Amino acid sequence: MKIAVCIKQVPSREWQPRLTDDRTWIREADASFEMNEPDAYALEEALRLREKHGGEVVVCSAGPARVQQVMREALARGADRGVHVDAAGLASADGFTVAAALAHAMRDEAFDLVLTGLQSDDQGHAQTGVALAELLGIPHSTIIMDVEISDGRVRVKRELEGGWFQWVSMPMPALLTIQSGINQLRYATLKGIMAAKKKEIRSVAPAAAEPGLKILGLSLPSKSKQTALIAGAPAEAAAELVRRLRDEARAL
Amino acid sequence: MILVVAEQRGGTLNRASWEAVACAQQAGAGEPLTILVPGGGDAARVLAEAGAGEVLSIEHGALAAYSPDVQVAAVAQAIAQTTPRLVVMAHTYQARDYAPMLAARLRAPLLADVIGVKGAGVGATFLRPMFQGKLVAEVSPQGSGPAIVSCQIGAFRADAVAKGTPAPARVLTVTLDTPSRQTVEAPFQQARQAVDLGQAERIVAVGRGIKAQDQIAVAERLAAAMGAEMAASRPICDNGWLPMDRQVGSSGQTVAPKLYVALGISGAIQHLVGMKGSRTIVAINKDADAPIFEVADYGIVGDLFEIVPALTAELEKPR
Repeated sequence: MKIAVCIKQVPSREWQPRLTDDRTWIREADASFEMNEPDAYALEEALRLREKHGGEVVVCSAGPARVQQVMREALARGADRGVHVDAAGLASADGFTVAAALAHAMRDEAFDLVLTGLQSDDQGHAQTGVALAELLGIPHSTIIMDVEISDGRVRVKRELEGGWFQWVSMPMPALLTIQSGINQLRYATLKGIMAAKKKEIRSVAPAAAEPGLKILGLSLPSKSKQTALIAGAPAEAAAELVRRLRDEARAL
Repeated sequence: MILVVAEQRGGTLNRASWEAVACAQQAGAGEPLTILVPGGGDAARVLAEAGAGEVLSIEHGALAAYSPDVQVAAVAQAIAQTTPRLVVMAHTYQARDYAPMLAARLRAPLLADVIGVKGAGVGATFLRPMFQGKLVAEVSPQGSGPAIVSCQIGAFRADAVAKGTPAPARVLTVTLDTPSRQTVEAPFQQARQAVDLGQAERIVAVGRGIKAQDQIAVAERLAAAMGAEMAASRPICDNGWLPMDRQVGSSGQTVAPKLYVALGISGAIQHLVGMKGSRTIVAINKDADAPIFEVADYGIVGDLFEIVPALTAELEKPR
């Protein structure tokens, strides 16, 4: 089985936002990056499916040269090779534009299964996977918590709101967007890290695309509440908080 | 004209559809509204007073159980027949499943998870969170065709809808003869929820900041001293540190206790939607810029492993 995993490189969780002078994007030079978390779960699921059914796992990513860092990480965890759609503008592009770039690079590979994370921790459009399925002309299902494969079909457990689930099945090739927590992630071994250095990453130029969305500006979110910040040493702050929760908020 | 696509399951309207109407009314500022109810039925009758010019139903057996293929085919034909300027829906799990496919098929820009509208009419722009809620982006759709907006649950108020006289209802005829590629089974609940957090008066919730499973005891001691139930954000339950039925957020339970204490929870929107209705919210977090402070009434910025034991000790003192 030939499995593709689309991964995105996003600013790390600890990163504090700094904006460009025109305030329409972040200062990438000041950011540290990591693999988008749901994509890491998608990668893990792909590796497990390969262990069970055989085949190949190809990691696909769209963005500037720096995204090869997370691609190498995926190769170190066990992916076989990479396809990199290399263009600086893709980091700030909308979901459809990224999907179009990936579709262009992935179409000829004829993957049996394409996995993506359910959304990215940077722009959070939650569109790339589903749009990619439409562009590749294959069925999809989203927010997946379990994957079963038999007889050329895939049956998946789809998460609904409020603790509900639903099983959905479809013929392959198919695309699934994977929810965090579907499996337990593995770490790269030293052997894996060494092996990753020799694995192939093929670079592809993106097809031209018209952007669907334009970011006019980025700003810090406005607060819906005035937070009373309580300062002081832990014991003092704790005493003050308890006093205010009792006397002011009457919550204790 | 603005087209609002409502959502229902088995004839019951998803209440977030009212929020989509509120968003559309704000974006339109008097512009005519049409409401589309795939599946029709009772949900269409309920929405008759939503201040729209017309309520359109699509009645078809293929829409009885949701599948993305059929839903996209139905809504795409409705858009072709009604030629709206803007299509608005709630950012539900169902919208997340089919709206990007619809947008890709129509080559229409999709503004997902919208939390606000700036201005009104053709030049209106939309606000949406980015970078896990650390920033808000003002975004404008490009191109000349219709744009699709999905609005975040809870961002627009259902009670802000300007209701009107019952709108005329019409059944829209569409062709849905291509069978769905997906076969869907009936929704189910994983296990009976052992804990109904919705009934809890006080909740102590932990997030990634708790760092390790054995540190959860620190929060449990506080919960005991406070008479609170334990809850967690998604990553904690994903790791198996607390059972899944303790999860608060869009994929877990929605709670509104008298007191919600968030320990080491950064406040991703998926968590906030499940708890921001709490009467009093306390956040303890080492990051002063964490989005949780946007909804907190009281906050302490610092090391939870120092503050929480001090808080427990304070509560255990005889009064």
